[in-house]
Order: sequence, then C-alpha cells, then structure tokens
Amino acid sequence: MNQQAVSKSAKSDTEQKVPFDIEKVRKDFPILDQEINGKPLIYLDNGASAQKPNAVIKAINDYYCQDNANVHRGAHTLGDRATAAFEGARERVREFINAASTKEIIWTSGTTEAINLVASGLTSTLKSGDEIIVSRIEHHANIVPWQMLAERTGATLKVIEINEAGELQEGAYEALLSEKTKVVAVTHVSNVLGTINPVKDMIEKAKSVGAITLIDGAQAVPHFMVDMQALDCDFYVFSSHKLFGPTGIGVLYGKESRLNALPPYQGGGEMIERVTFEKTTYNELPYKFEAGTPAISEAIGLAKAIDYFCQFDRADVEAHENSLMDYANSLVKTVPGMKVIGTAKNKVPVMSFMIEGLHPSDIGTLLDQQGIAIRTGNHCAMPLMDFYSLPGTARASFAFYNTKAEVETLFKGLEKIQRLFA
Amino acid sequence: MSNNEHSQFTENDFGGSINTDEILETFEFLDDWEDRYAFIIDLGKKLPTFPEEAKNEINLVHGCQSQVWLTHYLDQSTGKLHLLIDSDALIVRGLAAIVMASFNAKIPSEVLAVNIEAIFEKMDLIRHVSATRGNGLRSMVKKVQLIAQGIGS
Repeated sequence: MNQQAVSKSAKSDTEQKVPFDIEKVRKDFPILDQEINGKPLIYLDNGASAQKPNAVIKAINDYYCQDNANVHRGAHTLGDRATAAFEGARERVREFINAASTKEIIWTSGTTEAINLVASGLTSTLKSGDEIIVSRIEHHANIVPWQMLAERTGATLKVIEINEAGELQEGAYEALLSEKTKVVAVTHVSNVLGTINPVKDMIEKAKSVGAITLIDGAQAVPHFMVDMQALDCDFYVFSSHKLFGPTGIGVLYGKESRLNALPPYQGGGEMIERVTFEKTTYNELPYKFEAGTPAISEAIGLAKAIDYFCQFDRADVEAHENSLMDYANSLVKTVPGMKVIGTAKNKVPVMSFMIEGLHPSDIGTLLDQQGIAIRTGNHCAMPLMDFYSLPGTARASFAFYNTKAEVETLFKGLEKIQRLFA
Repeated sequence: MSNNEHSQFTENDFGGSINTDEILETFEFLDDWEDRYAFIIDLGKKLPTFPEEAKNEINLVHGCQSQVWLTHYLDQSTGKLHLLIDSDALIVRGLAAIVMASFNAKIPSEVLAVNIEAIFEKMDLIRHVSATRGNGLRSMVKKVQLIAQGIGS
C-alpha cells in the first residue's frame, strides 16, 4: 500500500491496539450474519457502501434515546450534551486525518457535496484561459463539478491519461501542469480499479505552479490512514458511509486560509454571525459552511466508526486486506475467460473484471442468486469505461471483515456461472 | 421499410407458440435457480435477429444498466403490433423474450389489456429481478405500452 500516505499520529502510537481477529471482527457487524437466496451473505460491495459495526449503530441509538437536541443553542442540558458529542466528533475526525484545527473540518452530506462546495466557491477565482486538471480515473463526482466550474468561468478541463494497467501515465501530469493550472483535483484511490495515485508527489508539483489541490479520499480512508500534514493538500474529501459510518455525512478538510478565502456555499441559520435586511455577516470557520441544522447523529456515528477502525493495528489490517487481494488474484485463472481490469502495482483490494460471453449485469444477478453482493455497471466513471471500451465491469471490493473463505466462494460462484451460462 | 425487413418482425413464434402460458407452465417445474436462469437465458436466444442498423439512439430503452433496443412495426392489414427487442446482456435478453411473449403480434387494445404484473407475480424470479434497478424490464414494458397507446389514440 501507499507508504507515502500512511502515518501514525503520536496518540495512536501510544494507544493499546486490539489484536485483529477476523472471527471476532465479523461478529461486530450484525448485517453479515444472514442468508440471501438461501446462501450465507458474502458482501463484496464495500466500495459502494460499507457495513456498520454494532458500536456505530449503538452510538446513533444512544444519541436518540438519551441526548437528542439541536446543537449550538445552549439553553438546556440536552442541547449541551448534543453539542459536546457533535463537536467531539469533529475533533475525532481532525485527529483521524491529522488536521491542524477543527476549523478545518467541515461537515458535508458526503464527498460529492464537499467537492461541489469547493468548486462552487472557486467561481470568482478562476477566469477564461485557466486550467483545471483531473484524471481519467475520476468518479463523476470529481469531474462534473469541475466541468460546471469551467463552464461558469471559461476555464478548461485537462485530463491526465492512464496506461492499460490503470495507472496515471508516467509524465502525463507533469506535461499538463503549467502557470495556467489553477486547480488539480485527483482521486487518492480509483473506485473502479483500486489504483492508488501518488498524490503526495502530485500535490507538491501542483504547489510549484501555485495550483489549488483537492484530493478525493472516498476510497482511500477505508483502507489506510491519511495525514493532512504529510500530504499538505489544500482540500481532502471523504464520505462516512464508505468508512463504516452512517450515510448522509461526509467531510471536507480544507486548510484554514483556503476555507477563509471561499465564500459561503449555502445561506441560512448557523452560518451567520449577524443578520439584518441590509447586511449579513458570516460566522467563522467551520460554521460558515454549515447552514441549517447539521447531521448530528451521523457525525456522532462517524466518530464511533473512526474509533472502531482505529482500534486495530493498521499493519495487521492491511496485511489481511492484501492477503484477500493476493488470494483473489491467484484464483483468476480458475475461471475461463475472466479478465481483470486494473492491475496497478499500488492498489487497494478492489477487483474489477469481465467474463467472456457475460455482461457485467448477468454476473451481478447470477452471483446474487448465490448470496454474493458485488457492484456492476459503469461505477459513475464513464470516461474510464470509454478508455477500456467496456459497457461496465463487475467489481468485487473487499473490506477488512471479508475472509479468504468468502474469496474462495466468490471464485467458485464465478466458475459455476461461466460453466453454466457463458 | 422493405417487405424483407417486415418479415423480421412477423416471422417468429413470439406471441404465438411462445406465449406466457407456455412459459409459466415450464417455469413451474424448475426448482433451482440454475435451471430457472438457464431457461430464461435460452428464451432470450430464441429472439428474432434485431437489425444492427436499428440499434440507434431512438430505439434505445433508457434506464437500463445493459443496452436495450426496442423497435416496432404495425401491420396495417392485420392491425397487429410486432416488436423486436435486443440487449447485450443474457438475462435482460431473456426478460425481453418474456416481454415479447406477452405483447407481440397483438392489436394495440390487446397489448394494453395484458396484465403483465400478474405474469411477473407468477414468476418468482421475475418478481425478484424486476425490483432490481437498471435491468430495464419495467422500461421495456412501459415503452411497449406507450407505443400501443400512441397507435390507439
């Protein structure tokens, strides 16, 4: 895995870690213990949304049973408790990604809203002739907001092309970078291929031309630790629900100076300091970007998911995930006509594939009959599908709670489908 | 269109000997999912050839994960609506065959009278897949019904 992005904060080094015991871990995820179509559920669609441990479900339940009230109003005890838990969650996220201050942690509805917030806020900064760099392996969420920004400002979108393995082409990024580059928005990890991009190096190079950097970390944070001080990007975004937390909340990390330079995204309560009909002044960070009542229980749930995620020794978890990927790779040859899409050297445990004679949607439906959940389709990455001239792929994306036995069952299922139907 | 092209629409057994009664009867005897899907996929293989030149934007059925094309021909002499459907996915092609068996070679008022939901209900498998986003079964049915409505009005 990407050593560049791995960090251990001072605190986590001294903390006592829980040994990673896969059987115990699985018991923490109640949803995994069920049958689908008469077969034990094998959940391999973690890249779309990951499952939630009991600790997260309990934290949300406890919040509604004991503490629920609106935050930042300060008139009563429940409100104080809710506020403490909510702001405590912000501090937990700050520590998790090693941000300098909680002012740099903005709650959003998810990765998509976080990117839209930044792209929208840069409207007055960009002008005709400026350039925005993205890559071929971006999710639509990290393409369309920039396209819209380009349309509003007259700026141009530039695309870093990839090689057949699904890695950014050597030198392609550097060739696009120039004084015209105002924004570099790239994904840390490809949702389709699992490719880990060398973002630290890319951020450094963007800085040399004065470009603003945004890293889409949605697929990265479920697999390895990220450190804002080490990466030194301007913005980093991710979603809770792929990180074993609830849906409906995500994080926009932004350097304080960069966030201060952006105008508010939405107007309303919370984000204001003082309102008159003549003039409204805005609240300070992070509240300036958090109009309306926030997703309180979701923030608390996310903080608990981070606690859960961080309790294990990362090296053990990553070794387990890598063993799943290695095992899957070793079994590809047992399925005639199976082709893996995306063979980057540096990748998280994600396997996109095709089987000759079958459409990805056939594979998805026929695996579901065997209790196996995967994703099929274009994965919100049509430009990447165009590159490979594919209508879509089937994708198995693994989480730390998956087992080698599940990988084996997946491949037995694929072999059966291929034999009976292809 | 030439007469030759019309024959692609009219010279097949869908709505005739390949009908929903016959399909349901066979389906009831199939116990495991392997046999049921094999049967559905085999039905798809019986679909008449869809002309490559008709695989265009106009005939594309939207809302499908796989590509689905649907085109029709109204035989003025009989008043019957004839359909052609194709897909690049095996199971969706099988579902298209069931749509063809339900609606093909009927006059528009008969098309609109078909209780397709009752047929899906009887096929447990169809009920399952029809709930899945993006397989296009509902979109296919809707397109056929719209065509029949358009002719009827």
